[in-house]
Amino acid sequence: MTTLPAGTGKQLLRLATAGSVDDGKSTLIGRLLLDAKLILQDTLDALHRNGTGGAPDLASITDGLRAEREQGITIDVAYRYFTTPRRSFIIADTPGHERYTRNMVTGASTAQLAVILIDARHGMIEQSRRHACLSGLLGIRHMVAAVNKMDLVDWSEDRFRTIESDFAGLAEQLGVQDARAFPISALNGDNVVERGEADWYDGPPLLEHLEAVDVASDRGSGPVRLPVQWVIRPEDGARGERRYAGQLAGGTLRPGDPVVVLPAGSRTTVTAVQTFDGPLESAAPPDSVTVGLAHDLDVGRGDLLCSPDDLPASGRRIEATLCWMAESPLRAGEHVALKHTTRTVRAAVESIDALLDVTSLHDGPPPDELVLNDIARITLRTAAPVAADPYADNRITGAFILIDEDSNDTVAAGMVRRVRPGGREPEHSPGVTWHDSGLEREHRWNSLGTRGATVWLTGLPASGKSTIAAQLERILVEDGHPAYFLDGDNLRHGLSGDLAFSPADRTENIRRVAHVARLIADAGMVAIASLVSPAHHDRALARELHEAAGLPFLEVYVDTPVEVAEKRDPKGLYARARAGKLEDFTGVSAPYEVPEHPDVTIHTATEDVSASAERLRQVLEQLWFPR
Amino acid sequence: MDAPDHLRALESEAVHVFREVAAELERPVLLFSGGKDSIVLLRLAEKAFRPGRFPFPVLHVDTGHNFPEVLEYRDRRVAEIGERLIVAKVEDSIAAGRAREEWDASKPGSSRNRLQTVTLLDAIEHGRFDAAFGGARRDEERARAKERIFSFRDDFGQWDPRAQRPEVWNIYNGRIRRGEHVRVFPLSNWTELDVWHYIRQEGLELPSIYFAHEREVFEHDGMLYAVSEYVIPSSGPFTESVRYRTVGDMTITGAVRSGATIVDDVISEIAATRVTERGETRADDRTSEAAMEDRKRQGYF
Ligand SMILES: Nc1nc2c(ncn2[C@@H]2O[C@H](COP(=O)(O)OP(=O)(O)O)[C@@H](O)[C@H]2O)c(=O)[nH]1
Repeated sequence: MTTLPAGTGKQLLRLATAGSVDDGKSTLIGRLLLDAKLILQDTLDALHRNGTGGAPDLASITDGLRAEREQGITIDVAYRYFTTPRRSFIIADTPGHERYTRNMVTGASTAQLAVILIDARHGMIEQSRRHACLSGLLGIRHMVAAVNKMDLVDWSEDRFRTIESDFAGLAEQLGVQDARAFPISALNGDNVVERGEADWYDGPPLLEHLEAVDVASDRGSGPVRLPVQWVIRPEDGARGERRYAGQLAGGTLRPGDPVVVLPAGSRTTVTAVQTFDGPLESAAPPDSVTVGLAHDLDVGRGDLLCSPDDLPASGRRIEATLCWMAESPLRAGEHVALKHTTRTVRAAVESIDALLDVTSLHDGPPPDELVLNDIARITLRTAAPVAADPYADNRITGAFILIDEDSNDTVAAGMVRRVRPGGREPEHSPGVTWHDSGLEREHRWNSLGTRGATVWLTGLPASGKSTIAAQLERILVEDGHPAYFLDGDNLRHGLSGDLAFSPADRTENIRRVAHVARLIADAGMVAIASLVSPAHHDRALARELHEAAGLPFLEVYVDTPVEVAEKRDPKGLYARARAGKLEDFTGVSAPYEVPEHPDVTIHTATEDVSASAERLRQVLEQLWFPR
Repeated sequence: MDAPDHLRALESEAVHVFREVAAELERPVLLFSGGKDSIVLLRLAEKAFRPGRFPFPVLHVDTGHNFPEVLEYRDRRVAEIGERLIVAKVEDSIAAGRAREEWDASKPGSSRNRLQTVTLLDAIEHGRFDAAFGGARRDEERARAKERIFSFRDDFGQWDPRAQRPEVWNIYNGRIRRGEHVRVFPLSNWTELDVWHYIRQEGLELPSIYFAHEREVFEHDGMLYAVSEYVIPSSGPFTESVRYRTVGDMTITGAVRSGATIVDDVISEIAATRVTERGETRADDRTSEAAMEDRKRQGYF
């Protein structure tokens, strides 16, 4: 009987179990719960009702839904809880059937340790390799082989040692340093909770190992990662700073730490780390906290606070390992939503690069499509930049799910391998090579005492873009910083004089302006482009050009309701469009695609022009001269 | 750095769940019964959103047969934290012809328990809620072991065990269609003992019926029921020192004999107990092993 009121001062260990049907996984879990005295009387009664010949049916403890009971198989992930005087355990029980890779991936995704069931009579069969490989792929760094049914092989030491060394070999291949095998009989209880048969075995029983294994010593190491989940604003009328709430995903965060906010790239300092219970001196994963920031920046859900000296790669092209979980297949070119930490962006599958053999993790030739339970390497392109770590470095900021935008289903689990800037190389005329002046950009900028960037203002006609742009140009120049205002209307007088307002012409116009802006920024000036630029893909192109060239690019959404813009209408354009005299007029007869992840949003209804321009100047300063 | 205590890890996970729901869904609501699990939920919501306000109201489904101690506690606690309380009454559902009375005072063990489902679903539809936080835990019952933290309900409030989404890492997918809603269980990974330890750690006050008190009870079908205006005792009433492990309707919630007057006593009693919470104190759950699953399909929490 449990004597100690368990529950405090103990660590939590999340473990996943995997095994083929009939390896004895359910029996093992039942045995752990039974011998750790955690099965309660009514549950035990039910076990006896189901069991044969008076012995409890241990396997039925972990059995759940009725339909499955009727079919006699478990088909999903079931969670079990038990506690010993030393630890609290959460078991994700995942079935071993070949078809259920998806469930194993789900169960393993949160586990720190995997218990792989191996039937001593069969040894390391393909299925066992699969289970170990999937656990390794999901980033589990501690593995246990429970070599079960040793009673059926007369506790043969040879048999066990063979399996033990096969398992150790595979673990090494997977880069898993902590791997151990245990000879057990789940049915009889040997070496599960108590020692048992096999005088040749001098190791601890399985449970003792699970209670002792060190899974937490690296907590708080590595660079800080804090995805912003929610912004807590002081109550109406109350004073106080905004707090940014989130769960630590990496590193140790302390008040006074400098952080960079991605994807904007602005830099600030953490003023406080707090919870409901008061201020903290430090926080590390998995703590849920709130933080205060020194500067009044445009920080919100989906932003990632990071250590300045170790930033994750940010970009729009993601190479990843994907587990496809949907019934319908996935092909290159398809569109999905991608949720990474607290940020959701649109994405398209650029290519399927290889199909993984899950019994070796080796690449196989790329298939035309992925079907349920396939694991593959793929490349995704996202509509907005994503700042992510490789999954091998961080299991939170390296993970994502894909969502089908029609059915809303979660259709895939993804693990980041690499993030690339995602900009395509600028197109160029055949035969022309780029003339490199030989001056390094940094050298040029430093000598001139200047920095380059492009500020791209998008919004409805008459939303106030040009007014803000002109003001920004003025304050920068007065400050001694070269800046040049590229006005959409003015450019159409010369450079783009041959273009009208059809979607194709708009795209071409933006392409030209984007290239001009890039050259100006490269030269060390701030190019301030003010264009309606209503289409996502056009603005994305402008961003890509800059990212590919390693130049800062700020997408600024001038958010003015159409009624307000129409009322201003300094050039009388809305009136003419309403009267049908202007075709393809954005806001009236042509669509405006609102930016999904602008770097800065300006509400002209509530912020005046000089305040907006000043805010933009500060964002630029932060980008160039991080404090 | 040392690993956090497991309660702190569970707390952080629950707070993360609360914030994800608030950010991704438009109109959440927190289901509050006055029971210990929902009291813990309320505290976790404070942890997630203070010093701001909760971005949702609190909803109680009142069967009309609640323990008066629990109603008194409910009103006081919600007032203390200064959030908005909505009470949905089963009696109103009956009066409106949405549900037919199933309780009969002359039949101990009969109750309005099943009718709560109707009232709850009506309240969700009426409030246009798209997410409802509940205090259910996976350790409560076998059918719950596979429940997701985000559990999807179609526009009839029904749960389809096959249509649930995979939940990987801590990335939740809160997308739903109009009319659908999601039940969210931030305490999924907590056990009954965890809840009690947390109550002790946080110094949370509970309704007095959770602690040993003298009560007039009668025995029916192996359970101890309270003598109340809602039931005619089927055997001779007697006075006993009892406490409750869960709060439900007075008509069907069984008391356990106990001398535990403080949280520590309760924890020791539970640690030593040999019967799960539901088997011991909820008559309706014992009827069939699959009872829970059937009710889940219909839309019970
Ligand atoms: N002899 C023997 N039989 C076992 C042992 N462990 C499990 N079994 C039996 O193997 C069968 C399958 O076990 P079960 O736990 O249902 O396997 P699962 O499909 O992996 O969950 C059952 O008949 C068990 O009684 C063991 O250690 N020794």
